[in-house]
Amino acid sequence: MIDSHVLERHGLKRDEYDRIVAFLGREPNLTELGIFSVMWSEHCSYKSSRVHLRTLPTEGPQVLQGPGENAGAVDIGGGLAAIFKIESHNHPSFIEPYQGAATGVGGIIRDIFTMGARPIALLNSLRFGSLDAPGTRRVLEGVVAGIAGYGNSIGIPTVGGEIAFEPCYAGNPLVNVFCLGIAPAVDIIKGVASGVGNAVYYVGAKTGRDGIHGATMASAEFDDKSAEKRPAVQVGDPFMEKLLLEACLEVMKSDALVGIQDMGAAGLTCSTSEMGSRGGAGVEIDVALVPQRETGMTPYEIMLSESQERMLLVVKRGREPEVERIFDKWDLHAVRIGEVTSDGRLRVKNHGTVVADIPNRALTDEAPLYHRPMSKPEYLKDAQTLDLAALASASPHALRDANAALLTLLASPTIATKRWAYRQYDHMVRTNTINLPGLGAGVVRIKGTERALAMSVDGNGRYCYLDPRLGAMLAVAEAARNVACTGARPLGATNCLNFGNPERPAIMWQFAQAVEGIGTACRALGVPITGGNVSLYNETDGSAIYPTPVIGIVGLLEHADRVISGRFKESGDVVVLLGEGRGELGASEYLKLVYDQVRGMPPALDLDRERALQQLVVRLAEDRLIRSADDCSDGGIAVTLAESCFDTGGMGVEISIDSTAISTDQPLSDAAALFGESASRIVVSVAPDDVTRVLEIAAAANVPARVIGETGGNRLRMATGGRMTIDMATDDAERLWSTAIDSHFAKKIA
Amino acid sequence: MKFSVIVFPGSNCDEDAYHAAKDVLGEQAEYVWHKDTDLKGADVVILPGGFAHGDYLRTGAMARFSPVMREVEAFARRGGPVLGICNGFQILLEAGLLPGAMLRNRGLKFLCEHVHLRVEQTDTPFTSACRKGQLLRLPIAHGEGNYFAEPDVIARLESNRQVIFRYTDAAGDVVDSANPNGSAAAIAGLCNEARNVVGLMPHPERACESILGSADGLVIFESVLQWLKSGARGGSKGPALQTV
Repeated sequence: MIDSHVLERHGLKRDEYDRIVAFLGREPNLTELGIFSVMWSEHCSYKSSRVHLRTLPTEGPQVLQGPGENAGAVDIGGGLAAIFKIESHNHPSFIEPYQGAATGVGGIIRDIFTMGARPIALLNSLRFGSLDAPGTRRVLEGVVAGIAGYGNSIGIPTVGGEIAFEPCYAGNPLVNVFCLGIAPAVDIIKGVASGVGNAVYYVGAKTGRDGIHGATMASAEFDDKSAEKRPAVQVGDPFMEKLLLEACLEVMKSDALVGIQDMGAAGLTCSTSEMGSRGGAGVEIDVALVPQRETGMTPYEIMLSESQERMLLVVKRGREPEVERIFDKWDLHAVRIGEVTSDGRLRVKNHGTVVADIPNRALTDEAPLYHRPMSKPEYLKDAQTLDLAALASASPHALRDANAALLTLLASPTIATKRWAYRQYDHMVRTNTINLPGLGAGVVRIKGTERALAMSVDGNGRYCYLDPRLGAMLAVAEAARNVACTGARPLGATNCLNFGNPERPAIMWQFAQAVEGIGTACRALGVPITGGNVSLYNETDGSAIYPTPVIGIVGLLEHADRVISGRFKESGDVVVLLGEGRGELGASEYLKLVYDQVRGMPPALDLDRERALQQLVVRLAEDRLIRSADDCSDGGIAVTLAESCFDTGGMGVEISIDSTAISTDQPLSDAAALFGESASRIVVSVAPDDVTRVLEIAAAANVPARVIGETGGNRLRMATGGRMTIDMATDDAERLWSTAIDSHFAKKIA
Repeated sequence: MKFSVIVFPGSNCDEDAYHAAKDVLGEQAEYVWHKDTDLKGADVVILPGGFAHGDYLRTGAMARFSPVMREVEAFARRGGPVLGICNGFQILLEAGLLPGAMLRNRGLKFLCEHVHLRVEQTDTPFTSACRKGQLLRLPIAHGEGNYFAEPDVIARLESNRQVIFRYTDAAGDVVDSANPNGSAAAIAGLCNEARNVVGLMPHPERACESILGSADGLVIFESVLQWLKSGARGGSKGPALQTV
């Protein structure tokens, strides 16, 4: 009996139920209701976000596969494709950090090898509450260990990423994972079911009761009962996935496949209906044939289970024995559970009796689509206002000294080195990693070619909270800039959109603004969106996270051996600033740490200038005219310069920049020059003989460039407006930066 | 010379060892599936890193029962050079081809980073091109590399000169702070009594090209080529593999 209580448990609204009845021409049974509920969940249907996502740029000559498949693909030359995607696993990671993060990694890896690609690199973008808040440590340790446990075992290097800490993520940590693979462009495989009578195979782990309604859980807010949802979190088995990965890649080489899809969110339901829908066909399966881990499972449970490490394959008729043989070699059992039909329906039987019969399109293309109401949030007007005069008088005395402020920034968990995390990740397996983590974007060479790929994931929730459109543009710009700073030309993007409850007009406004910003920036910088993921309802007890779009960008280096990193290389090199600081303190890490304020406007962004800057730095790296490049972001140019000196054995730098007279208060003006986060700036180091050439090329590219100092000695010395405002031993600064996170853990244990 | 790289389900550094042998050194290389029962004419056998059988139960515990391990043992007994890297080292311990066992790292976390090793002995197939005391900078990547053996076993290893690599600081000194995992006697690598079977936790195959940050691992592979070419294997009519 389907009453309002049943509907509520399935996360379905009454009008949605009425549509189900209309599609079927009758009342659904409980199994069918379950199938609709997961496919129409926000997580699977993108019902609130689709109207906005359609506005994103998804095309370009380099795009081989745009959104809609398991992952996107761009052409990287030589007949090869880079296949990549980012996905969130936020909700599961809060409930059970280790397994939530681990299965997030497992899921994104499956999305990549499902396309026929060999996964070669992972990144992750993580956000937690304040490091000293209760509970953060448990979640952080669990998430990092889960990512390590899965990625290390399956043997795909985690080559980079970011970790940020803000109080708003305390009850809703963000775990966004990115995977990239390589395949010959002609061998890309899609998730389609076609060819009436072709066999549908199930391969991988057995189906259990874990993860039932995971997709629905990821489409609701959290409250104090969330811990009770633990059975909805899946358990990962990286060894099983390693076998699946190798076996599937071997099967794909055989040309016996029509299509393949992993069983991720909404498991067997999603894979059967999506494959059928994409192929314009129907799929009929018998759940009694599905390998089961537990006894007495109902068709409802089997269809909705989100047990991990399972794949659905459609095999060409007559090629079945070949496919079965390959899986046998890997001790996996491919089980024929059904076949492709011509009627466009998902038909589920149990021992031959039909238990569900639904048109595929009702579950996929014709799922509900909402134009949710939007309104500009009220907090913005005040939050965007930054009163510099009040700031000057409120200055905490101790931190008016720029030395003290720099040390505070370097020791803040968001800026301090994340070595504590990335040394737990195998970042070198597969012997392709040519820029180690902590040096900006991750870079992997492509064996058998001269090329390499650079990739970076970036977001800034604080910027987006203060201006979602501008903040999203800045996230795109920063990710692309980080890629460009290795010498790679940005090619394509993937996005992971983490927001609160879309049923609130203010949240929906943030979402729409952010998508608009992403679209604008991606168009201007020539990086189309090839896919991604939306995670809504990131709220706990009614309190939402900062709107946090995370952007992953992939770029190509024509010559792997010309890769550069952010670290200074030689003493006596000339330090050149490309771009200009404008003394923007709004939304900065400095303002947050020193004044405990999250306010003001994020830095302005001129996309034409940004594009020119990125093209310039790629050109300079290609011509071997620069030895390092690091962009200015959190903590401004002072932090960039300090970080460029770290991991070099204590090398120093001495520079002089203009003071930016934003206030009559001198320390505040100095701080704006040193710690302001103006966009579109890159610090490069140049051999003395090449400086003239670099400045000429920059001038021709219409990018402001000026010599600000040189590397050498063993101190960080920075002057603003002709006065030395920062002067400290590199070693002292580095010690603080490199031990901040470790010492936090040590302190807690003691 | 032919390198046979054993592939267990869950091996994940098999391609890296193969790449080092074939593409970097220009030698022949073959994958040997764990269910195979011949080594495809191997001159050198490599047990690569990874998580054989998921490392479930215990690292290397199930891999030792793979059919190919009988061939690896026979090859070792005949004096053939066998190198176990990381998980391969753990498998050699479980198979009894090397003495001792691995515990979890003392910090209880997986660790991936470059470390310094000191070459302690050069009369093995895999260190013959090294200088005694030579420092190598190689990556480690493991969660269970904390070498353990009873004190009398350690003493015997020392007196037989079976400790081949030790963790040191950048100056080459054995100090506790440079021991990444808590290994007894800072042991990073061992050989058997016959000296032809060598296991080490660090990954020489990840450090064979300067673009990867270190080429210090090459000398391990060059050693075995030199050793084979010099006929050292033929000349060594040492005792068959003894109980270790």
